[in-house]
Amino acid sequence: MSLILDHVSYLYEAGTAMEYTALRDVCLKISKGEFIGLIGHTGSGKSTLVQHLNGLLKPVSGNVYFNGADIHDSDYNKKELRSKVGLVFQYPEHQLFEADVFSDVCFGPKNLGLDKKETELRAYAALKQVGLEDEYFYQSPFDLSGGQKRRVAIAGVLAMQPEVLVLDEPTAGLDPKGRDEILDRIAKLRDETGMTVILVSHSMEDVARYVDRIIVMNKGQIMFDDKPREVFRHYRELEAVGLAAPQITYIMQALKKKGLDVDTDITSVEEAKEAILKALKRNGGAV
Amino acid sequence: MGIIKTRDLIYEYIRRDEEGNVEGITRALDDINLDVKQGDFVAILGHNGSGKSTLAKHINAILYPTEGTVWVDGMDTAREEHLWEIRQKAGMVFQNPDNQIIGQVVEEDVGFGPENLGVPTKEIWERVEESLKAVGMYEFRKHSPNKLSGGQKQRVSIAGVIAMHPKCIVLDEPTAMLDPNGRKEVIRAARALNDVEEITIILITHYMEEIIYANKVFVMDKGRIAMEGAPKEIFSHVEKLKALRLDVPQVTLLAHELKKSGLSVPDGILTCEELIEALKL
Repeated sequence: MSLILDHVSYLYEAGTAMEYTALRDVCLKISKGEFIGLIGHTGSGKSTLVQHLNGLLKPVSGNVYFNGADIHDSDYNKKELRSKVGLVFQYPEHQLFEADVFSDVCFGPKNLGLDKKETELRAYAALKQVGLEDEYFYQSPFDLSGGQKRRVAIAGVLAMQPEVLVLDEPTAGLDPKGRDEILDRIAKLRDETGMTVILVSHSMEDVARYVDRIIVMNKGQIMFDDKPREVFRHYRELEAVGLAAPQITYIMQALKKKGLDVDTDITSVEEAKEAILKALKRNGGAV
Repeated sequence: MGIIKTRDLIYEYIRRDEEGNVEGITRALDDINLDVKQGDFVAILGHNGSGKSTLAKHINAILYPTEGTVWVDGMDTAREEHLWEIRQKAGMVFQNPDNQIIGQVVEEDVGFGPENLGVPTKEIWERVEESLKAVGMYEFRKHSPNKLSGGQKQRVSIAGVIAMHPKCIVLDEPTAMLDPNGRKEVIRAARALNDVEEITIILITHYMEEIIYANKVFVMDKGRIAMEGAPKEIFSHVEKLKALRLDVPQVTLLAHELKKSGLSVPDGILTCEELIEALKL
């Protein structure tokens, strides 16, 4: 159960004067159940990469394998692939269109050819998974708040019961609480179902908090692919390509420089607090 | 009177069903009293649906009050004869850079505003040049906007507003769609305009780190102003902000947690330097 990109390259507008290499010889293996953060500045190739995962784009060279099969083989069932690898685009609420929330979430499973009962069971389960209360099920999706709409859109993809869920900036434009609610839900879902989750994000703080592996894209290539604390250790190189480390990492660096003996690879406020208290105690400070 | 003033501002909109029958009335703004001085850097915070954007749209007369009054540079926004002048005095930049750029070339896009104001051609080019320089995008003047990064596009949008010589710029979540560098670029441009040109900045954002530069912060909830003060005062209320679905910068949260653990750290720490000082390192 895995997704493999084997020497994948992709060009936009190939053969014209505007030719532009968006992916350059990308090799990647994503195993079942991983929670991955995909980061990179605008134009680094993140979205192009993501669109290769369910066959929306076909590599100019190289291959994409899902569960051992080449997804561009002529007899490969692409429709099934798209239900197995679910993509939630940016501002997915713009894609809501049905008259009520429940019908909107039913659209995906219905298109898979499932019968009415199975479709509705799946829609119900998906709406529960994103934490939407029953009272909203028969309201127009357009009457909901921004955070609720986004959850409905995510439920629409979950109702297809994907093995891999790819979310492109799922929290853009949401308030801090709405942001935490969505990410907490996704983390819980992944723990419960063993689904693979790929989170594309511009928030280093969010990525540091939730994922176990970070892939950093730059100029169409993979720049880093490691655990968050290993990746954020390279904060200077990240800055050079338009990214950053979480604010807390910079604080720990500054404290260390001032002589406080703390681990500078820390990426969460909770860890930072413990480390500072411990270091102060060692220094004989008043705690 | 300040550049932006509101008195007892109420805004209600009528919800209708599919047949157009009235379903109910929602009060989006409820008794807002603001007085923003020329040269202020104001940040507005609030959860989704708290009324921030509705308030912003009152500042350049996209919406008019249901009750109460809004004045922009002394002009009542409800009076139609002031419409164009108000929109020139108070420019607006929105969230999505791709929805606001219309020109095929950066400099043409920036010139669109002053051209519409009837500014003579020679002066339009002078304004385009100074505006692009003010946001650090002059070297891209001959580029196609399509090829710019998100942060660069937002800076072009800001330049397009500056070219109209406004006294005030309202930025409604200008960084929501940008990567970390793009966010920095946009905030840096806004601060420079505020410092150098003394343009009043009204910044609406969900990124708590961006508001530490403001001299005044308003926190909105249910269409009302729930909190008001300097960033330091606002961020001293960590629990209250969380209850309003907001957050604080990580350094503020860390200081707050350390204080709860018994260290003597003051409330409302906003920068790493302040934390170092508080820990006496």
